[in-house]
Amino acid sequence: MKDFILKRVVVIILPFLCVYGFYVILHGHVSPGGSFAGGIILGLSIIAYSTIFGIEKGKAKIPEKVLVWTESYGTLWYGLMGMVGIVKGFPFLANKLAGIDVGVPGALSSGGLISLIGIGVGIRVASTMVTLFFTMMEEEP
Amino acid sequence: MNFIAADYEIMVLLLILVVASLAMYFIKDLMHAVIVFGAYSLMMALVWLLMNTPDLAITEAAAGICTTVLMMVVVFRTSRKEE
Amino acid sequence: MKIKNLLVLLVVLLATYGILIAVAELPPYGMPDNPVHNQVSERYINDALEETGVLNMVTSIVLDYRAYDTMFETIVLFTAALAVVITLKSWKKEGDGR
Repeated sequence: MKDFILKRVVVIILPFLCVYGFYVILHGHVSPGGSFAGGIILGLSIIAYSTIFGIEKGKAKIPEKVLVWTESYGTLWYGLMGMVGIVKGFPFLANKLAGIDVGVPGALSSGGLISLIGIGVGIRVASTMVTLFFTMMEEEP
Repeated sequence: MNFIAADYEIMVLLLILVVASLAMYFIKDLMHAVIVFGAYSLMMALVWLLMNTPDLAITEAAAGICTTVLMMVVVFRTSRKEE
Repeated sequence: MKIKNLLVLLVVLLATYGILIAVAELPPYGMPDNPVHNQVSERYINDALEETGVLNMVTSIVLDYRAYDTMFETIVLFTAALAVVITLKSWKKEGDGR
């Protein structure tokens, strides 16, 4: 696309979109939002960039290897966090039951495993959205 | 039945939802139908917000925009008019 | 043809009548003595803060009490993305050979 105004607007708005996505993911346990919504906002920032500047520049920012890596290991991260309970001798995905410190309610580090799981799910959802968009937008042979 | 002001706001938004979903069925141009779907998801987010569920409102607004973009890509890749 | 249309109209009107009767019997929205407010939601509202240490109750339910559901939801999303990638990429390779 060769529109000057759209390019400037996306360049100005892109860092704020990324920071807002990470904010919604990281503050999912103290304010409204959550990992799914934050991940979709984070993916939308990449989608907006590669819609305006072309699919090649978007792929240069986010290589395919990074997408494959985050998508697979983000799913595995959830299972690994659940294994913490089993290692300590408690059921799968046990949080406070397994003796993990949940901290002061309202602090960013509260919640024990919840915030760690949220980061993994958020990055994973973002990479899924970007993968779907890149796969559909690729130039036809 | 006694209603408060928020009930009437929700009723107006639900009426727009019904009109938008009927319009999506009757519009023949698929790109216009996708744009109407964007308006539908915005109205749905406002309904969630008025029902005191900001979590669902944020998720609905973000997911509605994302699915609209993906559907627009599919419409660009395939034929635009409905047969 | 005309009789069939009339029959369809009759069935639709009957179904609409039944649905409207069912909707009229619903309890009012947000009342504290609705049947959905049973001991499960009481447990969540009263004990979620001290059992998980999380202010947002929705997150505490999604990622702690119902963590299995969220795990398989992410696996479903992973499988959907995998299916889309596999289908479109193999379709494009077939198109090369034509």
